[in-house]
Amino acid sequence: MFLQLLVTGLVVGSIYALVALGFVLIYKASDCINFAQGEFLLVGAYVALWVVTSYNVPFLPAVMLTLCLALALGVLVERMVLRPFIGEPVISVIMATIGLSSLMRGVTQLIWGTDTMIYPPVFPQEPVNLAGVVISQVYLWSLGLAILLLAVFSLFFKFTTTGIVMRAVADDQQAALSMGISVKKVFAITWAIAAMVAAVGGILLGNINGVNSSLAHLGLKVLPVAILGGLDSIPGAILGGFIIGVLENLVGGYLDPVFGGGVKEVVPFVILVLILLVRPYGLFGKEVIERV
Amino acid sequence: MLVLNNVEVIYDRVILVLKGMSLTVPEGSVVALLGSNGAGKTTTLKAISGLLQAENGKVTDGTIDFCGENITNMDAEKVVQRGIFQVMEGRRVFEHLTVEENLLAGSYTRKDRSNIKKDLELVCRYFPRLLDLRHRVVGYLSGGEQQMLAIGRALMAKPKLMLLDEPSLGLAPLLVAEIFKIVREINRREGTTILVVEQNANVALSIADYGYIMENGRIVLEGEVDKLRDNEDVREFYLGLTDVGKKKSYRDVKHYKRRKRWLG
Ligand SMILES: Nc1ncnc2c1ncn2[C@@H]1O[C@H](COP(=O)(O)OP(=O)(O)OP(=O)(O)O)[C@@H](O)[C@H]1O
Ligand SMILES: [Mg+2]
Repeated sequence: MFLQLLVTGLVVGSIYALVALGFVLIYKASDCINFAQGEFLLVGAYVALWVVTSYNVPFLPAVMLTLCLALALGVLVERMVLRPFIGEPVISVIMATIGLSSLMRGVTQLIWGTDTMIYPPVFPQEPVNLAGVVISQVYLWSLGLAILLLAVFSLFFKFTTTGIVMRAVADDQQAALSMGISVKKVFAITWAIAAMVAAVGGILLGNINGVNSSLAHLGLKVLPVAILGGLDSIPGAILGGFIIGVLENLVGGYLDPVFGGGVKEVVPFVILVLILLVRPYGLFGKEVIERV
Repeated sequence: MLVLNNVEVIYDRVILVLKGMSLTVPEGSVVALLGSNGAGKTTTLKAISGLLQAENGKVTDGTIDFCGENITNMDAEKVVQRGIFQVMEGRRVFEHLTVEENLLAGSYTRKDRSNIKKDLELVCRYFPRLLDLRHRVVGYLSGGEQQMLAIGRALMAKPKLMLLDEPSLGLAPLLVAEIFKIVREINRREGTTILVVEQNANVALSIADYGYIMENGRIVLEGEVDKLRDNEDVREFYLGLTDVGKKKSYRDVKHYKRRKRWLG
């Protein structure tokens, strides 16, 4: 039972980590929390599903296509919704993302309705037996894909010029501008990546649970994950995702039967409060470097 | 190479800061721009590099030409591509990046990516200390090391013209002298033209070929460095030297008059 819960926790955690990565990227670049992150996830899940079921496109190409669309969506949102707010107070930008989230949710419901839709089986159905733990293959694939993606992005930020430039803009926008770095371009890339990781999260989760508009609530649920890790830390987002995913499932598995359910949903927030009491910047939050 | 002609800069549509600023920087030279706090030195550099826009400032009159091209109110990105690189006041290094990553960020606009490794070595030759620190997070470096990094980062862009804003800020005199010596060397060896803004007139004039002195948004005096240094007003107001032996009361009156003439 313990191992079973642990593995489920890791799978869910890896998806949390992906979505949290989106929060962190946008926060780092523009000090703004994107309340539409959950809707990016929803749109990604719906689009992939729609491509797969309506046009009989095989799963993998469908995912690729969805990623391209997510990229375009991210750039579009940055250009249309956020760029007009450059130089305005952060709170205006946050309000804009809240507006955007309502808009996106409305449009998805208009197009795809409110009923739960299910992906045609893409991963092999028979569960595998790993050292006595029985796991359905969709979980394993999901975990593997999420970890692969997280690794790719971590390396990207650490070693590529674009990654370095993105971190530079997060550190000091004006100085970045002074060396000819296009801050607008960096913002666009940031939103594109945030939309893409959210879309992947949506597709994975959709494969596990099916797709309906409640998927977007995950955005709000993952926000504590990002805060837990430190809103401006990429490793923090990843670790925070796994921690919350695992704890939530363990607690849900052991305590929900005792209390009659509901504990699972509360746990992330309780942990968040406890950890923030000890570490106000989150587990890996960027310390304000002060030399004395 | 760089010509400012009667430039007027206004912040927030109402605050007039530069009032007919004119200055010329010949190719291959080191030019010093001196002046007291709030004279508009930083504003002048920002007008050249295009950073004014980010602060709601604008060149409203006059022209700025670089290598024969009009770059008045051009975007910062494009100005950097033309070969002008501003080292901002207060160093402004990327604190959470390593030394090497800071330098790489400086080379962002370079087209010849293959030469970058060679230039990293070049920077380390000018500033050997950076070589030992290359994997360190920059926020923890000393002020002097950060200033070296800021200049090294500019060098990575291979600019034709480097704008230095108060590189001496907050540094010990010995280190200031060392950094200015290296700046002069960069000018000689790499052929980089340099426009340096300073409060510390002494050290700036020690490496410059030509100097400008500005007050209240315009140039009030200019000349070859030797001539400036012999000028009585410059000696008193900017170099902190006074001829001893004069009667105090008389000097005070004269001082007041001269100061008034300058600011008027
Ligand atoms: N962004 C801005 N908005 C409004 N006014 C500004 C702005 N930046 C500078 N100023 C004003 O312009 C004047 C000149 O400022 P500037 O920074 O150019 O001076 P400076 O010569 O560099 O001074 P210092 O030696 O202290 O750095 C000052 O009076 C300042 O208050
Ligand atoms: Mg200044």
